[in-house]
Amino acid sequence: MELEKYILAIITTEPGKVSGGGAPVFISQTKEEQDKIATILARATEGVIHDLENGVYLLVKH
Amino acid sequence: MAGSFLQAMTTGVLIGSFLRYDMLKRDYRLYPSYPHGVVIHLALGFIAAVIGAVAIPALVEKEFTAVTFLALAATQFREVRNMEREMLQNLDRTNLVPRGPDYIEGIARVFEARNYLVMFAALLVGGVTYWSNIFYGLISGLAALVVTRRLMKGKTIGDIAKVREGKVHFKGPNLFVDNIHFMNLGIDKVRDIYLERALGVIIEPLDDNGRATLANSGQRRAIAHDAAALLGIHKDVDTPEFTPLVRRSLDTGRVGLVIVPLEKDISVLIEAVKRVPVLESALSTPLKTTLGKRAAD
Repeated sequence: MELEKYILAIITTEPGKVSGGGAPVFISQTKEEQDKIATILARATEGVIHDLENGVYLLVKH
Repeated sequence: MAGSFLQAMTTGVLIGSFLRYDMLKRDYRLYPSYPHGVVIHLALGFIAAVIGAVAIPALVEKEFTAVTFLALAATQFREVRNMEREMLQNLDRTNLVPRGPDYIEGIARVFEARNYLVMFAALLVGGVTYWSNIFYGLISGLAALVVTRRLMKGKTIGDIAKVREGKVHFKGPNLFVDNIHFMNLGIDKVRDIYLERALGVIIEPLDDNGRATLANSGQRRAIAHDAAALLGIHKDVDTPEFTPLVRRSLDTGRVGLVIVPLEKDISVLIEAVKRVPVLESALSTPLKTTLGKRAAD
């Protein structure tokens, strides 16, 4: 079966909560910066941003 | 006095072609008609009518080669389905809100079936005209018109479910319509747009048959596609978060639709959802079996 949904990037203000994995991790200092990076990446990759509610955003290709 | 070969053929062909035209008008919304698409199907309908009309007179006149052509040509109409499917699939790839394979298959099948209906109608009219006269031929044509109209009238969502407005809201980053969860959206700006512009409807199946039909994900894609086609969509290729979604409540079998339309008009949306055709491949009738009935109570 083909994998249709995958994580393109992780954007976080809490670096300690993410480790390893296949997707690049973008670390930001503030929530504003995180939102901005996430939006730019989402537009560029045509992905959707999901909020894990612990300071970590996922950029997922659907 | 019996009608002549020529009379039988002309009546059959004329009535058959007219039937194809009549059916073509009725699927305007299924197949937002390109002028050339219409020409293609009228031409195919005409050919189908010729084949049908000629069959009985040819048999009676012992022209058996003509009859073999009927069988030969009928197989050609299988290609109609492939042609439609291929074209719609290609177009679907660039569609902001895709129809989905189930809907496409349904449309393609309808196009094939309609040509066969035309063939049968022309056969009937041609035969009747040949054996009696044009007057009875026309009457049988009228009967064929009534029958095809009834055959072609499929069910719509409005027949199997109640459609009402639902409240679009967020719990944290999670988007809900009433109590049906849709997705998790990370960015505040996106959530604001949803709160400001989005519309939500809840589709409540009337019985277990409706519930099973609405569970089909192809059917749900068709609902999203038709809603978006009629109300417009606030979305571009790089904003997939505004794709209209149709999700199911696992507890109740209700189905919710959330859409960010260009025209925010809930009554139009409800009407649009009600008119979505029930796909042949999605239609499910567990209540017709005894086991299904036992499971329902």
